[in-house]
Amino acid sequence: MSEHLTTVNEVNSHPEHIDHHKHLKATPVAGDTLHLKIALVGNPNVGKSIIFNYLSGLYMDVSNYPGTTVEISQGQYKKYIMYDTPGVYGISSFSAEENVTRDVVIEADTVLNIVDSVHLERDLFLTQQLIDMGKRVSVILNFKDELEREGITIDTIQLSASLGVPVFQTSAVQKAGFEQLDDAIIKAQHGKIDQALHTKLHTMLIEVGSQAEALLILEGDESLAQKHGIHVGNEREDLYIERRNRVNLIVNDVLKETKTRTRISTLLGRWAVNIWTGIPMLLVALYLIYLFVGKLIASDLVNITEKHLGNEIWEPWIRSVVSHFIPLTSWLGTLLVGEFGVISMTVTYLLFLLLPLVIAFYLSLSLMEDSGYLPRLATLVDRSLNAIGLNGGAVIPLILGFGCVTMATITTRLLGSEREKTIATTILQFAIPCSAQIAVVAALLAGAGFGAMIIYSVTIFAVFVAIGTILHRLLPGESSPLLLDLPPMRLPRLDNIVRKTMFRSYAFMKEATPWFFAGALGVGIMQVTGLLVVWENLLAPIVTGWLQLPREASTAFVMGLVRRDFGAAGLYELALTPHQVVVALVTITLFVPCIASLMVMLKERGMKEALIIWFTTWIGAFVIGGFVSQILI
Amino acid sequence: MTEETSVPLHTISKGSRVLIVKVPEGKGKSQLIRLGILKGEFIRCLERLPGGTVVIEKNRREIAIGMALAKSIFVAYANTEQIEGKVRKKYV
Repeated sequence: MSEHLTTVNEVNSHPEHIDHHKHLKATPVAGDTLHLKIALVGNPNVGKSIIFNYLSGLYMDVSNYPGTTVEISQGQYKKYIMYDTPGVYGISSFSAEENVTRDVVIEADTVLNIVDSVHLERDLFLTQQLIDMGKRVSVILNFKDELEREGITIDTIQLSASLGVPVFQTSAVQKAGFEQLDDAIIKAQHGKIDQALHTKLHTMLIEVGSQAEALLILEGDESLAQKHGIHVGNEREDLYIERRNRVNLIVNDVLKETKTRTRISTLLGRWAVNIWTGIPMLLVALYLIYLFVGKLIASDLVNITEKHLGNEIWEPWIRSVVSHFIPLTSWLGTLLVGEFGVISMTVTYLLFLLLPLVIAFYLSLSLMEDSGYLPRLATLVDRSLNAIGLNGGAVIPLILGFGCVTMATITTRLLGSEREKTIATTILQFAIPCSAQIAVVAALLAGAGFGAMIIYSVTIFAVFVAIGTILHRLLPGESSPLLLDLPPMRLPRLDNIVRKTMFRSYAFMKEATPWFFAGALGVGIMQVTGLLVVWENLLAPIVTGWLQLPREASTAFVMGLVRRDFGAAGLYELALTPHQVVVALVTITLFVPCIASLMVMLKERGMKEALIIWFTTWIGAFVIGGFVSQILI
Repeated sequence: MTEETSVPLHTISKGSRVLIVKVPEGKGKSQLIRLGILKGEFIRCLERLPGGTVVIEKNRREIAIGMALAKSIFVAYANTEQIEGKVRKKYV
């Protein structure tokens, strides 16, 4: 056994694979048989992560929305190194998730393949592919408890005989059957491979030396073919169809339906995608989110944390500490603890405003995901989003945008094509006001009256639709159509939700924090060097002439560069007519988003595209704001 | 079953059971095969949303398919029992 594994390790330890994700860098050197690598592989939502957590004691993101976990987790169990992988329906290089899973599987010594018992037909495709890759496999049939409720029985002995690998049954939610996992790791073996495929693999194996890579090259994996300097195979479809037929035969053999029954959760799931019942459900969901995020967190809690903890306790304290060392009026003092101070304002902003909001938003998102509602919402709004060149999958970044545009811009990674990422990012940067801003906008509009509120909302919505439509027409290529496997509706598990929310909030804060500091520092430097005043003077003629607002409003627009809500808040102090309020708010909403989201956009979309979008928001905001002004005032 | 008697997936009525006659070629096909949506398979239309997004059911699984994809998948209404017999025979 150890000989075989050593060979596999040596063959596969190519640096280019390791580079795909940092986690693998920590793995021991090839040939270390004391640390066998075990990969947990399965379709999305099969309970993989619960099993991973049980074995390794480490936290892992458990998700119900296909494709939200791109990171893999690594943990130690006894003498084994465990890898969790993103849920995939098969192994190839169709997506970032598949690339990650592919690399982990190629590196792994043994694969624990987690299978959803209720959806055997779907899941066994991956199982057979893992077997064809020549891996030692054990199949874990999860959700044993749901089988009974669905009225299905599975002949596990027959299944094991057909696949040629051991099969174990578990119920991950109750952690039943987990004591067999040790056995599953030890008893994993090479399964049965179709004879014709076996012959083809042999030919390819001579050239590449690894059965897993040989199979993937036959199935048309270009990056692997390039690595070995050989021509890529073109038999993916044939091999897939043969595998699919083989799996269907096996399923026909082992699966018996004793009774069919429609469960309430199934009905609920169907109502969610029906236009007559789905829209009321959506409205209820949105209202609940509004009550929780908009009312409880964004206004009640943030009022306490930002104003009290931030402005009244933290900032004066840090100022007094700093004043012992450097004069507050010096340029360094201004940079550190001044108006845009790196350790005064930025800390308040990050900890006392952004953090509560981000947690609240991720909590809502996790609830919607784990209940199975989010993919159904994506289905319901799919057609509407088609009109602006997106598919239903774009609801996630768009919803998150109302929390924090920076956070949402990061999640555009999930979208299917570059085209969609560009469209979604532009819409986010332009037309979605973040929660910090919504609070201020709502307060100002409430003062300006109902008519102002309507004009504002209609304008912003029109811009939203217009940007999407224009980009959809202009950008070459096609957007990817929706193809979404809808997971069953399930009651979310509280511990999963909490862990996932914390994990994501932490990941976001870790990624965004440096940019917020960098942004504050940048604007601080502008203030110290006098560039800020130059900007204000440059903007002043446009503000007074074209927008017909008081000259002081230009300060608000410059503030908007730092934090979107700063810009809007700056308008509080001005005596504006209701029409001027609308003009100012429309302009400031469309105007550039905060510095941190520019930074994240630069990283996600590249220098050229990010700067084009950024400058377009400048022009767009003033042009549209001006038109509204010319019509109204 | 020929392509002439078939219709695009986004036009079928809710609740109907159909046989897949043709799936589009191209990069999306592999994912369809993985999910079990390929020629010769039976599916049921669970929901047809205005605008053409359809939700289909196949062996207890629900799959949402956007309009752009649905209109290039061709299906045929059929006497299901008869054809199921035929398909089974092919596999055995």
